[in-house]
Amino acid sequence: MSTPKTLFDKVWDAHVIRQVKDGPDVLFIDRHFIHEVTSPVAFLGLENRGASVLYPDRTFATADHNTPTINQHLPVADPLSANQLAALERNATQYGISHWGLGHIKNGIVHVVGPENGITLPGMTIVCGDSHTSTHGAFGAIAFGIGTSEVEMVLATQCIMQPKPKKMRITVNGKPGKAVLPKDVILYIISQTSASGATGYFVEYAGEVFENMTMEGRMTVCNMTIEMGARGGMIAPDETTLNYLKGRDLSPKGEQWDKLVPYWLSLKTDEGATFDLDLTFDAADIEPQITYGTNPGLGTGVTHQIPTADSVKDGSASYKKSLQYMGFQESESMIGKPVDFVFLGSCTNGRIEDFRAFASIVKGRKKADNITAWLVPGSHIVEKQIQEEGILDILTQAGFELRQPGCSACLAMNDDKVPAGKYAVSTSNRNFEGRQGPGARTLLASPLVAAAAAVTGVVTDPRQFI
Amino acid sequence: MAYDKFTILRSSAVPMPNENVDTDQIIPARFLKATERKGFGDNLFRDWRYNNDNTPKADFVLNNPTYSGKILVGGKNFGSGSSREHAAWAIYDYGFRCVVSSFFADIFQNNSINVGILPVKVSPEFLEKIFAAIDADPKTELEVNLPAQTITLLATGESESFAINEYKKHNLTNGYDDIDYLLSMKEEIGAFAETRPF
Repeated sequence: MSTPKTLFDKVWDAHVIRQVKDGPDVLFIDRHFIHEVTSPVAFLGLENRGASVLYPDRTFATADHNTPTINQHLPVADPLSANQLAALERNATQYGISHWGLGHIKNGIVHVVGPENGITLPGMTIVCGDSHTSTHGAFGAIAFGIGTSEVEMVLATQCIMQPKPKKMRITVNGKPGKAVLPKDVILYIISQTSASGATGYFVEYAGEVFENMTMEGRMTVCNMTIEMGARGGMIAPDETTLNYLKGRDLSPKGEQWDKLVPYWLSLKTDEGATFDLDLTFDAADIEPQITYGTNPGLGTGVTHQIPTADSVKDGSASYKKSLQYMGFQESESMIGKPVDFVFLGSCTNGRIEDFRAFASIVKGRKKADNITAWLVPGSHIVEKQIQEEGILDILTQAGFELRQPGCSACLAMNDDKVPAGKYAVSTSNRNFEGRQGPGARTLLASPLVAAAAAVTGVVTDPRQFI
Repeated sequence: MAYDKFTILRSSAVPMPNENVDTDQIIPARFLKATERKGFGDNLFRDWRYNNDNTPKADFVLNNPTYSGKILVGGKNFGSGSSREHAAWAIYDYGFRCVVSSFFADIFQNNSINVGILPVKVSPEFLEKIFAAIDADPKTELEVNLPAQTITLLATGESESFAINEYKKHNLTNGYDDIDYLLSMKEEIGAFAETRPF
């Protein structure tokens, strides 16, 4: 009997080409996603070295960070953004890499289009010059974000040099309450572990909450794992995973599919395998969440008060600076806080289920007059689903407009910037100072909490609408 | 990208005791639009450093002539958030060669070494000592000795060891990078790729 292994060990060990003495492992990478922001300097480096792209067919390019969310048929107005988008297209063409640029039917946010087109598969190693690459861990892949030097490294060699991280398991059992979405589960976990609580670890999620979760929900959870400092998060592949993948455009078909299924289903943590850290939470403790500070760990139940400085793990000076930036006080209630903007979208919550959840609350209601709402699908495929399922009609009747796909206000590299001092309830992943525009104030929340704010104009408990 | 070799660095230091300094603060997203690695130092800590009218904020440490040097001393969980290597480029381009903290975010730590910045992780107690020493004398010098893996407060001789992977240490001391190493493995990589099921 061999030593019991965790899911993470099984996938990692299967990709180690060489263990450098007193150094990192050389890890083979199955899929490399690139986008316009973190790749141009990597291609320049490649050129300067006289190297080429080793496996263009394992590399996929999409334009997302800089792209406008209206009038995508027009030339991109910002010359710097246009320049980066042109560089991506030029580099992809030169090296023979598939490129889903603006206007392409498969274009969208990299972490949305990878899974929905069947590029992301269980047991893979996947990297991208974007920290939310951890999203793909939902499929039982080891997926993590890398820097631009590493993008160059993977382009040139299809490998990355990484020390093996420590392993953490986070188990959540029980039944989540009313209006609790996967976003609330992960925001709750981050609030309990802090923004640095999983640094140095790779997380495996276990327990009935994740077993019963849809693939889209699992992607939301793995996506935000990075926000507690972890390299990534993953969930063992199961029937839910297979059902999601079967028949997708680039998923394996026929005999190849049949051959892979038993391998994929073997990718789970063996009985007796150990973790460096094991954390357990009870789903009953989780209610709809909202953040009040300037990192994703500073969040709480939507009906709760903002904690006092002496009760948080971060240093009290940093905490007070955070509340000052947000314009909040210790011990205040979050319910009823004024909101100016609502953002539904991003690689965290820009999928069809997120739009279904949002629509379930705004249906038959009206957008509050004080709210500017940016509803941004994660991809053209999601956009099409929104139209086909009648969600667009619901949104339109409630006074909302749908925008075109892209990262949008998540990091505000395009024109979708929340003005200084304004409050945004945002389904994205980060509430750092200035993240959604210089001086903008972000409250992270689920699509249901966002919808409740969009129709009331203030922070509202979504349970009152369900 | 080649960088200067790192062996022994003696310098005064710039203190930034805030915890959870994320890479969005180090370099805001709107400055990531370049297609070349140039000029990032000008926008290092842009929104903490400048007012909206581009005048410097007097109370920000980089605008305070009392503090200078090639070492940046940060609070716990330095470099959290986005994977943008631009943050490390901005720190390097500004003139820092070493960042000291009691705790670094993973990707930031990797990115730093990859661009030639040495991240030195010290104990929370030693970090406090460094902040106190700088507070007492802004010109106080630190010595960061990579071959010996030590960081020393020169005025008092107080010292602490820091950990670094032997391989990474070798790279930094010689100005090499991982890509050179991997390019020499091309055949082995090719053979491995053949065995992948997808």
